[in-house]
Parts: sequence; structure tokens; C-alpha cells
Amino acid sequence: MNIPQELKYSKDHEWVKVEGNRVTIGITDYAQQQLGDVVFVELPEVGADLTVGGGFSVVESVKAVSDVYAPISGKVIEVNEALVDAPETVNQEPYDGGWIAVVEVADSSELNELLSSDDYEKLLAEEGDH
Amino acid sequence: MRKAKALLFELGQPGRCAVDLPQCDVPEETSENLIPAKFLRKVPAALPEVSQQDLMRHYTGLSQRNFGVDSGFYPLGSCTMKYNPKINEDVSRYSGFALAHPLQDESTVQGALELLYNVEQYLAEIAGMDAVSMQPVAGAHGELTGLKLIRAYHRHRGENRTKVIVPDSAHGTNPASAAVCGLDIVEIKSNSDGSVDIEALKNAVGQDTAALMLTNPSTLGMFETSIKEIAEIVHDAGGLLYYDGANANAIMGIIRPGDMGFDVVHFNLHKTFSTPHGGGGPGSGPIGVKKDLIPFLPVPVVVKQGDRLHLDEERPLSIGKVHAFYGNFGIIVRAYAYIRALGPDGLKQSSQDAVLNANYVLSQLKDDYYAPFERFCMHECILTSKNQKSAGVRTLDIAKRLLDYGYHPPTIYFPLIVEEALMIEPTETESKETLDSFIGVMRKIAEEAKEDASLITNAPQTTVVGRLDEATAARKPVVKWKA
Repeated sequence: MNIPQELKYSKDHEWVKVEGNRVTIGITDYAQQQLGDVVFVELPEVGADLTVGGGFSVVESVKAVSDVYAPISGKVIEVNEALVDAPETVNQEPYDGGWIAVVEVADSSELNELLSSDDYEKLLAEEGDH
Repeated sequence: MRKAKALLFELGQPGRCAVDLPQCDVPEETSENLIPAKFLRKVPAALPEVSQQDLMRHYTGLSQRNFGVDSGFYPLGSCTMKYNPKINEDVSRYSGFALAHPLQDESTVQGALELLYNVEQYLAEIAGMDAVSMQPVAGAHGELTGLKLIRAYHRHRGENRTKVIVPDSAHGTNPASAAVCGLDIVEIKSNSDGSVDIEALKNAVGQDTAALMLTNPSTLGMFETSIKEIAEIVHDAGGLLYYDGANANAIMGIIRPGDMGFDVVHFNLHKTFSTPHGGGGPGSGPIGVKKDLIPFLPVPVVVKQGDRLHLDEERPLSIGKVHAFYGNFGIIVRAYAYIRALGPDGLKQSSQDAVLNANYVLSQLKDDYYAPFERFCMHECILTSKNQKSAGVRTLDIAKRLLDYGYHPPTIYFPLIVEEALMIEPTETESKETLDSFIGVMRKIAEEAKEDASLITNAPQTTVVGRLDEATAARKPVVKWKA
């Protein structure tokens, strides 16, 4: 299971890469493994306002259709259009080419609520127990 | 095994034909004289040119690839794939029913109307409701009709209630129906056993609550023991309770949604009341309501005046028509035959046997597969592939391996809130011997996972086609044949 150290994580299995007041968001390696082959990604609109915890994107796999929850509040400034034609990138490169959106952070204090890679690893270990 | 077959378009030779047409005995006219030029084909239609024998072999071959309840055990959880007694088919083909025309004068179809009236009465009694409409033609159509009734009821009282509360364990049709009805969906998290989180419900209800949609037994196949409290919370907030009858096969003749506090209910005749299902269709999703909702029922309503039956269209508060004529009548005839043949005791025993069979399967397999819930189930049970995970075997693989042994797999990856779920619904119509054979095969697969997992991860091997590439099929679907 790949859990890059430099990223932050949400309990809903999204990763967040922080660069100044902008963050890039995607779903984790664990999330893509659980979902199975991704066949469609519904991207948010550029300019959309996100509220932490609200659904902002939908990932459809051969198994299920799942909401992606905003790990942070803010405004969408860029979306990964390449996923429209190549949704499998989410499976192949969840942390690189599989990114979903770039968001301008509204409240940087929310970043402190996110998990470190160590904490996220612990969370996965706990989830595997039940 | 039977090999993949050519399409009808790929068979045959130019000029070959399945029938000989007789000499034309009226003067011939060319198409150009009969049809305006702009509607005429420039290129002849690409029709298959095959002999009658080729045609028969083609379709018979395809039919032999079908798997249905008549060919084997079909434990597809949440779908109630039970055996439909063939007498139901005979009765639905009685000429008085099968040949009746929906525009015939009422006086000539009194028997058909009486059957509709009687089935309404039976279902009202089984559901604990005050009236029933047989018009909706599918479960989700019943949901939509029921929500329209609820909306009409609130509006008539001068209340604009727009929120429908749906637990996250619900069938996807629940939020979909609410959305189609123009209502807003409030999703609440379930407890880990799929039951309603009472605190989450309390926080979700309010002056804008139109209804709570609930399946009981839940989509995890377990009885919602807090249903009385749930009903009270929703009613106190001024909302109504909608009963999704998806799992009614566990409760008929034993407990009634009306007594649990539900205000509107739909049944799936094509599941619970033993009519064709799963490609055989069409379906039927009648709804039952408590008396306050009767004025809003869709028209026409079958009414009894003395000993005459009449289709009443004069209902000023009605939500209107939801289907042409009066539902899928042929299906309703089958349900009538089923209810009459079993009677109250037989219906009750059906449910009891369905629950017994599911618990038997669960008890026999819970050492080989992981059972996430340690309590009795209702008519279906959930296992997961957690014990097989370390061998690299997932639920999908187990389902595919079952095909090699000649079984239709259980429902997989539903309910969504259980990881790697296998949902087994044996139904009441299977014998202990059939269940034991299935249990034997499931145990064998669990053994294979320990000894040679590749047998499972490479399954199926004995079917016409092997493991299909579902991802490519979904990403780049080919939906049309091309030469």
C-alpha cells in the first residue's frame, strides 16, 4: 500500500497535496484498490465552492458509484480533464496523473484537521480489523 | 461446453430465406408508387438471410445458455428469485383474462375487475393498510407513486415539505425516486449493522421532512427492531413513513408494515408474490396507503357498488394516472392465484421457511466465510471474503468460481456499507438437499482458496465465455453490431 509521506489525508480516503494556499486533491491508493477498476469520474465545475465534508466529485467503478468528499473548503480552480477519457489513471497513478481537482483553500486552519501519512496508515490498520 | 456462437447477421448466405411466400394474388405496385421518395431506402436493409433450421438452432442455442430459476439454484440476495408455480401461468392465460381488452365496457369485464378488487383487499390485509392501488408496474414506480401521494398529502394540508430522509444502506432506487419526484434527499448514516442510527434520524427530522423511506428487514437482511421508535420520531416531526417492500418476503403473514407505523407501502409482486422476474417481467409494484392518503390515490380506482364493480375516475384530489389502463394486469392475475393457493397460513409459512433457509445457510458457512453480524438474519444472509483475502481471493472471484459449479452467484458488493459482501437469499422454495449442495460447493471453494487460489482467481473455466473485461465494457462500450 502506497502512502506518500509528504501528503495529508482525510478519513474518507482522499489525499491532499499542499502548495501555498492551493491544494491538489485525489483519492488514495487504498481507495482505488477498494473501488476496483474506475470507469468514470464526474469532475466538479471550475469555480465551484466546496464545503469540507460535502460531496464534490463522483467516482464510478465496476463495483459501485461513490462520492468523493471535500477534505477542505475552498474554490475549485482546476480540474483534471484527462480523467474524462482515461478514468483508469485513478487506478494506475492515484497520487500523480489521477488527481481530481486543485482547490484554493478558504480556511487554512482546516488543514490541521487532516491526517499525516502515519495517522492514515493507522486508520487503515484499524479499518482492516473489523 | 457450448462455444460462443456467431450472430444471426453472420450466419447464412445471400438469397437464403426461412419462409416461402405464396404468389401474390393482387396487382403488384412498386414501392416508388406507394411511398414518397424521401422515405424510401437508398440501400436495402441488412437483414439476416438464414434458413428456418439455422434460425431455430440459433435461438434454441441462445436459450440454452440462459440461467433461470427453472434451471438451477439462484440465490441472488435482495432479488427473491423464488420458484413461481406454473399454475399461476395457466391461470393468467385463461381467455377471459388474457383476451380482455382494456377498452371493453365495464359490464363485460366484471370478473377481471373483481379480481383486481380482491387482490387490493388481500394486499391491504397483508400490509395492514386501508387501501391499495394496483397501478404501479415496478418497485421503483411504486416508490415514485407513493412519494407523489405523500407530496400531495402534505400540500393539501398546506405544508411544503420537501425533504426525504434515506439511510445510506437503502436501495439506490429510494433516493432516485425521491429525486425524480422533485424532492430533496437527506442521507443519514446507518449503524454498522445497517439499522437506523436513531440520533442521526433525530437530527435529520424537522418541519421540512416529507418522509422517511425505509426497508424492513433492512437491506442487510436484518429486522429493524427500533421501528416503533423510528415511526414515532418521524410522525412527531409531521413526516410520513414509506415502506420499501423489497424484503417483504421475510414478513408476509407474520408482521404488517401498517402495524409498524408505515403510512405508504409498496410490494413487488414479481418478487414476493411469485410472478415472473429477472428478464421475464413485466413487474408490478402496487402501493398500499393509510386512510388519510386514500383521496390522493391514482385513478382509476376500482369501487364496488352493490354487486357491480366500476372504475372510478372522478377523484378530484387524485395525483392522476401513473400508467395506462390499470397496471400490469396479467401479473396481478398470477399474484391472485398465488395468494389464493397459499392462503394466510401458506403465506406465513413461506416467510418462515425463507428465514429458516437463510439462517441455515448462514450457520453452515460462517466458519468458512466471515460473517460480519452475529445475530439471526431474516430471509437473506451476508458473508464476506475477508477470510480469503490473504490468499488474494476476492468476492468477485468466488462468484465467478460458483459459475464453474453450475450455480448462479449470490449478489455481490451489495449492500455497499459491507466490504466485499456476498448476499445470499435462498428463498423458501429450495429444498434442504439443494441448500446442502450449495453449502458443499461454497466450502469447497473456501478450501480451494487455501490450497490453490488460482482455481478461483482464474474462474470461470467451464462457461461459454471466461472472465469478462467489465472495465473496458464500461469505459468503451460497444452497443451495436457492425459488419
